[in-house]
Amino acid sequence: MIMKISKVAQLLNAQVICGEELLDNEVETACGADMMSDVLAFVKDRALLLTGLVNPQVVRTAEMMDIRCIAFVRGKQPNDMIIELAKELSIVLLTTEERLYAACGILYSAGLNPDGGIRS
Amino acid sequence: MSEPLRYTYPVNGDDFMSAGGVSAVVKKTLRELGFDKDIIRRTAIAMYEGEINMVIHANGGVVDVEIYPDRIEVALKDTGPGIADVELAMSDGYSTAPDNVRSLGFGAGMGLPNIKKYSDEMRIETQVGVGTTVYLTIYTKPKA
Repeated sequence: MIMKISKVAQLLNAQVICGEELLDNEVETACGADMMSDVLAFVKDRALLLTGLVNPQVVRTAEMMDIRCIAFVRGKQPNDMIIELAKELSIVLLTTEERLYAACGILYSAGLNPDGGIRS
Repeated sequence: MSEPLRYTYPVNGDDFMSAGGVSAVVKKTLRELGFDKDIIRRTAIAMYEGEINMVIHANGGVVDVEIYPDRIEVALKDTGPGIADVELAMSDGYSTAPDNVRSLGFGAGMGLPNIKKYSDEMRIETQVGVGTTVYLTIYTKPKA
C-alpha cells in the first residue's frame, strides 16, 4: 500500500506550488528534516520530504535521492529559482501551514510508514 | 581492458546555491548509460556530498569521473585548507563548517561519513595548506 501525493496534499491541507500533473504519483514513505545531510543518510524509494528549509539545495537533495515530492512546512514559500528547478526535475512542491512535527504526525497517523509502505 | 569513459567538471566555489550541478549532470549521464537505479543514486549522493564539501571548505575544485566496465571512479580534488585529522573528520557529527552553512541545511558532520556509506571504496589524500582529494569507487558489477 502506498499514498498518492494528492492524498498527502489533502491531509496536510497543502497548497500545490508546482507539479499539479504529478499528483497521482505515489509515495511509500516520508522523511522530515531540516539538515540535508540527514536526508542524504536515508535512502528509500518513492519518498516524500517534509522540511522547514527553503533553498535550492533542498531540491538538489531530493533530486539525488529520487524524492518525488517536497512539502514545505509552516507556510514557507519557495522562490522562483527553486520552483523552476523542481519543475525541471518533475518534483512536486507543496506548502502547508502545519509545523514539521504536526505534519509528520498527520501522515504517520494516516498510515504512511517510516520504513516504506502503509502500516497495517 | 578497454579505455574508461572520462569526464572532468569544474566545481564553482563561489555559489552555494548552484552547488550540486556537477552531481546532477553525472547522474543524468549515468542514467543515459543505463546504469541500475541504486548504482546511480549511490554515486549521485556520494558525489553531491563531496561537491558540497568542496564549496563549503575549499572554494570549489575539480571532479574527475571515470567509468570502467565494472566500476565508477570519482576523484573530487580541491586546493582548500586540507584536513588536519582525517579520522576525526570521518566521525559522525564532527564538522568545521561555519554556522551560516548550517542554516542552509549542511554542516551536520555527515558529509564524509555519507560518502563512505554510499561508496564501495573511499580514500582521502590530504595535506594541510595544500588541499584534499577524495577518491571513491562504486562497483557496477559484482567483483570477480
